[in-house]
Amino acid sequence: MLTNYGYKDGSGEYFITIDTEKCTGCQKCVAICPAQLFEVVADPFDPLAEREIAVVREEHRKKLKYSCVPCKPSGERLPLPCVQACQPQAISHSW
Amino acid sequence: MAEAVATATPQKREYWRWTEYNWRDESLDWRGARVISVGIDVGSVSSQAVILCDGKLFAYSSLRTGSNSPTSAQRALDAALEKTEVPREKIHYIVATGYGRVNIPIAHKAITEIACHARGANFIYGPTVRTVLDMGGQDCKAIRCDEKGKVTNFLMNDKCAAGTGRGMEVMADLLQVPIEEVGPASLAVDEEPPPVSSTCVVFAKSEVLSLLRLGWPRERVLAAFCSAMAHRTVELLMRIGVEREFAITGGIAKNVGIVQRVKRELGIEALKPKIDPQIAGALGAALFAKALYEKEQKQ
Repeated sequence: MLTNYGYKDGSGEYFITIDTEKCTGCQKCVAICPAQLFEVVADPFDPLAEREIAVVREEHRKKLKYSCVPCKPSGERLPLPCVQACQPQAISHSW
Repeated sequence: MAEAVATATPQKREYWRWTEYNWRDESLDWRGARVISVGIDVGSVSSQAVILCDGKLFAYSSLRTGSNSPTSAQRALDAALEKTEVPREKIHYIVATGYGRVNIPIAHKAITEIACHARGANFIYGPTVRTVLDMGGQDCKAIRCDEKGKVTNFLMNDKCAAGTGRGMEVMADLLQVPIEEVGPASLAVDEEPPPVSSTCVVFAKSEVLSLLRLGWPRERVLAAFCSAMAHRTVELLMRIGVEREFAITGGIAKNVGIVQRVKRELGIEALKPKIDPQIAGALGAALFAKALYEKEQKQ
């Protein structure tokens, strides 16, 4: 399942997508994100499945544009730490 | 000197206010039921409670959410129980969902409304539903699901009230059109006017006021507003992709002005609900409550 966190506003679209089929709940994104964007919790979208997946923390969902600023300078941009750290390639950003 | 006379001003009519209701299936007898499960959806504008007997829809209620979610949940449950004679202690399992779900002490578990809406839509519209648009009180969700009602992709816009019930209430009040008549009135135009601003309800409100000052009739203004809101939700849907069959849940599913325009813009029909589409979230929660109770019993 593709879980999209974020929003669209007058300035653009800001979404982080996590593919829950790929996510293993390994915690690597949690450790590497300088803004502590992620957390690993019991799958909120399938209460009957007993497994843990990464989600974007509630308090960041409406301000992703600003939360992600440390890794997204306006000049030359290095690969995003969360995208790189995720071995199953479950994380992607829309901007 | 003339005496000041207190003139009784007539009570101002609340155009935004919609009717609260409850319902029960008279043909069902709860006494024989093995599992009585309850789902309570405490939304930002309205609260629903659904009672299921062995997975069959037995009773439901829809009320306005107050400022306190535990009380709103209790009121919704009481209203649903009112016609049923089911004693409170006969309920086996309660699942809470919606905006206020985290703070409901009477519930055994809280589940995100995205999972609940997909499950509820699957129950209301049948297993052919693949895309669900939930237009709620304060947010709007586009959900893709499989034949079992399991979510496969979702997108939520809860940053702004544009395209939601709250925005609709604001317009109903501003234009003094009862909320139930907003949809039909917005369709009573010969030609679709250009839409108003769709990024924000407050901007839309000031735009609507200037249109009124230009002498636009109310119907035309409502058409401009509804088409903006429909366009906004269609954009949300386009991001996750629309697959047949398509259904709309939530309070706005009852607004024909929005439903017609969403259909027109998407170019596909929306399924007709057999049950009140506003209870989809609570219904999904009640279905989860049944599954969770059975799982607990097995252990």
